[in-house]
Amino acid sequence: MKHVLKQGFMAAWPICTGYIAIGLAFGVLAQQARISVAEIALMSVCVFAGSSQFIAVSMLSSGAGILAIITTTFMVNLRHLLMSSSLAIHLKGRRIMWLSAFAYGITDETFAVNLTKFQQNTWNPSNALAVNFISNLCWIGSTILGGYAGQFIPPGAFGIDYALIAMFLCLLVFQLRGNIFVAVAIIAGVLSVCFSLLIPGNSYVILASVTAAFVGVFLIRIKNQSTDGLSAEET
Amino acid sequence: MIDKHYIVLIIGMGLVTYIPRWLPVAALSGRELPLWLRQWLDLIPAAILSALILPALLAGPTPGSLHFLQPKLLVALPTFGFALKTRSLGGTVIIGMLLYWLAEKLI
Repeated sequence: MKHVLKQGFMAAWPICTGYIAIGLAFGVLAQQARISVAEIALMSVCVFAGSSQFIAVSMLSSGAGILAIITTTFMVNLRHLLMSSSLAIHLKGRRIMWLSAFAYGITDETFAVNLTKFQQNTWNPSNALAVNFISNLCWIGSTILGGYAGQFIPPGAFGIDYALIAMFLCLLVFQLRGNIFVAVAIIAGVLSVCFSLLIPGNSYVILASVTAAFVGVFLIRIKNQSTDGLSAEET
Repeated sequence: MIDKHYIVLIIGMGLVTYIPRWLPVAALSGRELPLWLRQWLDLIPAAILSALILPALLAGPTPGSLHFLQPKLLVALPTFGFALKTRSLGGTVIIGMLLYWLAEKLI
């Protein structure tokens, strides 16, 4: 147990660094939108999804209706469907209660860290659950702290708002495990930029990644056919 | 004091966020998936990470605009290079923050 927590901390600290920065910012913003600290805490516990919490606060302060905010949240967070599917392969033999607790903590960041660790064969589901909950506590704590005292921290101190971008860049590097992966990443990135200009909202991430991954599967097919059915790309 | 409408909002947001997180792990774990689906899921992380990062690096101050010569994009290049070379997550985070902090000071 102690060992699992320690490994969890070792893996989760880059996530926590980023969450503290964003969580404090969220707390400050929410407090300025006249959302009480108790309400901030409730949202962070029940939703636990950074970007959609920011969007909800800005929609609330511009007077949007409940249904509009919930629909937007759904669209913004639908991408977790893909992340949860990718993680599922590594969670064999766990009970539904365990899986349900695990699912609560799937975010862009915990997904990326846990999946990388699983692929390196240095990880088990308990480690992954620890990362999810450590990150979750960090998020809840820092949003509450932001609600109380965030205005005393200068924005952008020590480049802290770059922590998550840097983490994602490195996790992307870990994912580039062959030419197909590089090709898929380039296609997804370019499509995502194009879609983000054309489509309002956040669905461009899902559209771009789903399309790029299908192109990737198609490329693997073509490659295997040209090497006469040698299933070299069985990953 | 927590407003009643706010509680409805939070429950709604919580449900629509939780269900997409829960459904695949509940339905897919422990199942044998066809080869194409495993290949597809294997490619999804690279695709998602790239699809998340690139628009964020290029986004300008107003929605729908792209900016190329801005600190977050310029800092991304050496940070990416550092990650390729060292494959160290912690190191990359620290280098990225440091470079961004310097870039913000200088530019």
